[in-house]
Amino acid sequence: MSQSSTRADFVVFDRVQKSYDGETLVVKDLNLSIGKGEFLTMLGPSGSGKTTCLMMLAGFETATHGDILLDGKPINNISPHKRGIGMVFQNYALFPHMTIAENLSFPLEVRKMGRSEREERVQRALDLVQMGEFGGRRPAQLSGGQQQRVALTRALVFEPDLVLMDEPLGALDKQLRETMQFEIKRIADDLGITVVYVTHDQTEALTMSDRVAVFEDGRIQQLAPPDELYEAPKNSFVAQFIGENNTLEGVVQEINGDVALVKLDDDSLIDAKPVNVSAAGERTTVSIRPERVEINPDLGADAHTLKADVLEFIYMGDVFRTRLRVAGNDNFIVKTRNRADQARLEPGTQVDIGWLPQDCRALDA
Amino acid sequence: MADQTAQAGPVLAADGTPLKRSLARALRLSKLRALALIAPLLIFVLVTFIAPIADMLFRSVENQIVSETLPRTTAALADWDTSSGTAPDEPVFRALAEDFQIAVANKDHTKLGSRLNYEKTGISSLFRKTGRKAKKFDLAADTNWKAEFEDIDEDWLDPEMWQVIKTYSPALTSGYFLNSIDRQKTSEGSEWRPDNQQIYLKLFWRTLVMSIVITCTCILLGYPVAWLLANLPARSANLLMILVLLPFWTSLLVRTSAWKVMLQQQGVVNDTLVWYHSTFVGKMLDPVITFLLNIAIGLLNGLLWVWNLLSGAWGAVDVELFTYAVAGFERLALINNVTGTIIAMTHILLPFMILPLYSVMATISPVYLRAAKSMGATNWTAFWRVYFPQSIPGIGAGSILVFILAIGYYITPEIVGGTKGVFISNRIAYHISSSLNWGLAAALGAILLAAVLLLYWAYDRIVGIDNVKLGG
Repeated sequence: MSQSSTRADFVVFDRVQKSYDGETLVVKDLNLSIGKGEFLTMLGPSGSGKTTCLMMLAGFETATHGDILLDGKPINNISPHKRGIGMVFQNYALFPHMTIAENLSFPLEVRKMGRSEREERVQRALDLVQMGEFGGRRPAQLSGGQQQRVALTRALVFEPDLVLMDEPLGALDKQLRETMQFEIKRIADDLGITVVYVTHDQTEALTMSDRVAVFEDGRIQQLAPPDELYEAPKNSFVAQFIGENNTLEGVVQEINGDVALVKLDDDSLIDAKPVNVSAAGERTTVSIRPERVEINPDLGADAHTLKADVLEFIYMGDVFRTRLRVAGNDNFIVKTRNRADQARLEPGTQVDIGWLPQDCRALDA
Repeated sequence: MADQTAQAGPVLAADGTPLKRSLARALRLSKLRALALIAPLLIFVLVTFIAPIADMLFRSVENQIVSETLPRTTAALADWDTSSGTAPDEPVFRALAEDFQIAVANKDHTKLGSRLNYEKTGISSLFRKTGRKAKKFDLAADTNWKAEFEDIDEDWLDPEMWQVIKTYSPALTSGYFLNSIDRQKTSEGSEWRPDNQQIYLKLFWRTLVMSIVITCTCILLGYPVAWLLANLPARSANLLMILVLLPFWTSLLVRTSAWKVMLQQQGVVNDTLVWYHSTFVGKMLDPVITFLLNIAIGLLNGLLWVWNLLSGAWGAVDVELFTYAVAGFERLALINNVTGTIIAMTHILLPFMILPLYSVMATISPVYLRAAKSMGATNWTAFWRVYFPQSIPGIGAGSILVFILAIGYYITPEIVGGTKGVFISNRIAYHISSSLNWGLAAALGAILLAAVLLLYWAYDRIVGIDNVKLGG
């Protein structure tokens, strides 16, 4: 497969549709190319179709329409066990009646690998995740994190080119989850494998991925690297789903190149960057990240600012989180860094807020 | 931690009493309440289940009737040498005369007669005959009692008769147990019964083998059904579950009788077969199938020959399971033999296999199969290496349940088993209700109980009873 290692289309979904009941489409017209060695995350709320896509790729569901190609070959009619795709399941799916070593040895056994080579590979794999002494134990005797590592190792031990992960960290506590995120990323990079990772946790998606596909309603809403996804969401669903976000409703007054003038519902005016609005008179939702809002800004004479009432001030250690009422929205959040000179806003006072026009994105209503 | 280990003596509660004692006091009330809740059932079980079983088990060794009815005779017999080959002397006959007169007054001699008749036929009528004369015995007169008894019946001079009385004079006897393993008690110990009277070992062995066969057929038939139950969508699974439970709502007798209708010589199955043979397809296929069947039966009979060879130590087992089919497509003998018992009991015990299997399978996540397949296992490998081992606790639970139910089954073999397909329990029932030899019935039952407990123990040692799951 070395000749295809540089291909940008190692995995291809070509106009894939999936319906379970013949009435509604769970996946609607999915087109996606995944490059060799890429770490791609499918992110979305439950019911958005992301797991179905993964299962179609693994071969446990068949596409109702369209082709899925792996390394250039259509795999729709290839049964799961012939696809050679590693998979990590949500609750690990370690076989409870086998020891850890037997679990790891299973994929090698079904490939008819010799006993000595099998044992050597299993030991090497266990050492790789620092679990050398645990080979003789049963899955139930391990902690969640250890089981997670074994499940990961089991999916990798037969050296697949593509590994699928279905919310593998969902059952772990926060701290372990963060450690494992980096570990999975490191192993994936070291081995140069292609990973398709499904999660509903956006932090996980942003931390680990080369690219993230945001799913909603059976479609990819945006496919982009994490930074682009966060900073330049293409529509209001993505803006809302990724990170914390303030929204204000209004009507576009005029579009002037890179800046749109938006009249909010309380008649105040703001500047925004037009993203998917095209003409004056359209309704829009403008979106601003809490950390890009400036309090009592100094943005120049012609910049628009808004009056805001301070409702609540929360001390969170590294940041201050202030809840404001802005243009009738009671849930307008501002995050400010905890600096020595940073003022703490008192509830009941009124402040001016503003932002650079490029930080404020005018999206679909 | 350091505080506790440093502290000597028991841990104390806040008021200074030892913590263990105050804990016990705190829990006592709730324990009493729990006991009160189960008390009605506990008493019910004790009175109606445990006590009768204990009583029956005691009957298997109890033998007071001889020494109670003939106290003087058994005492006088102590000096008699059983191997002398002659009847005892005059003092024994005098004691017998005294005992008989009292026994006749109490009407006990007939009971003793039928008791001893189990050991030697003819004693019952001898006792009744003697009883009629005993009323006229004049104990004060100086009679030669030996001659008197000889006059009544010369059997009284038969030393074998006296051997039986002496052998069974102790209050406890091993005679019933010896009987139930085809041996008989003699004055010197015990010996095998004549070959034509040996039935019980054969029956025990047949019961065991047939129970195993029934358990195996239940596994084979129940496993796929349980798998479907556990893996179908809820709606179809519920319907299937109702079908599985349906037999529970039908009387056992009705179901067994239905099998009689199905399987008998002029029954549904045979009539259908006869009709099939008369059709064109039947006429074309019959020679082919007969040929194939004969080959298969030849092989099976070869196996059976080996089986009979191996089980020869237990007395030949009547495995004639396959002989009927060699003749081709006659009406099949499906009932009043081993086949009938196996078919009907498999059907009746099947739910007891399916339900434990299902409850274990329902806990096996389908993700395991997917995981196995994602690692490159074929459907069969995934099933055999991953799913099947996890379902073994269900097989274990179902097998124990079916096997223990089967080994003590009575009604179905009684109705469809004929003479060749009956179980040991049918023999027990016969002794309880027809021959009234309760002691022997108790001994047979005790052996059956011991065998079940032994198998249960062996199962625990080999598989581990913890591995048996009825669900969860």
